[in-house]
Amino acid sequence: MLKILCVCGLGQGTSLILRMNVEQALGEKGITADVEHIDVSAASSMDADYIFTSNELAESLQGHTGKIIIVNNYFDMTEINEAIDNNIEQ
Amino acid sequence: MKFLERNLIALDVDVSSPEEAIRVAGGLLVSEELTEPRYVDAMLESYQKNGPYFVLAPQIAMPHARPEDGVKEASASFVRLQKPIAFGSEANDPVQLVFALGASSSDEHLLLMKQLVMLLNNPAHVEKLKQVTSYEEIQTLIGRNE
Repeated sequence: MLKILCVCGLGQGTSLILRMNVEQALGEKGITADVEHIDVSAASSMDADYIFTSNELAESLQGHTGKIIIVNNYFDMTEINEAIDNNIEQ
Repeated sequence: MKFLERNLIALDVDVSSPEEAIRVAGGLLVSEELTEPRYVDAMLESYQKNGPYFVLAPQIAMPHARPEDGVKEASASFVRLQKPIAFGSEANDPVQLVFALGASSSDEHLLLMKQLVMLLNNPAHVEKLKQVTSYEEIQTLIGRNE
């Protein structure tokens, strides 16, 4: 199964919002994935196929084996859907 | 859980820095005894350490810290800034709508976040939040009857 991390600074609020919307978008596309939300330091030592995060934190995740997908507006389902379409092979 | 209740909302607050905006929004959680005062310091520390990643949509900031930083109850306050302020977010500055989140480790945290997502995923709601003039209008937006 696809493993996806949604990453923010603390792994409490921002990343949870991103996870809710990423899960919703994936569900609508019929993509099954294990999605977790987590803070940036824990994420760097976790395996994943894809990592959703903000522009600001993407730099700290450079070198991670997962492909980094940047989302600017966490409440914009259009942007999140496009990010999935452009990055995740279906 | 306390989500955008009357005493957790302040409209058109005049601040001159992101730190001041975070203090005002966090201060509402403290004065309602939903978090300890040190939670506000932790929010500011996180901003210093991790940058403005919590400016998670155009004009919207959601400062928060960790449950162990002194959260008593899952909660969210809302402060609308009189003049938008730059938080340093390349994609989403300037910020006008600030939601301070009292991040609890309880199940209520998830419920509260769902309410916030339901409110803010709708661009029409976000536009209205910039224009509302009373608590009652906000209540209508979040579909709550007192």
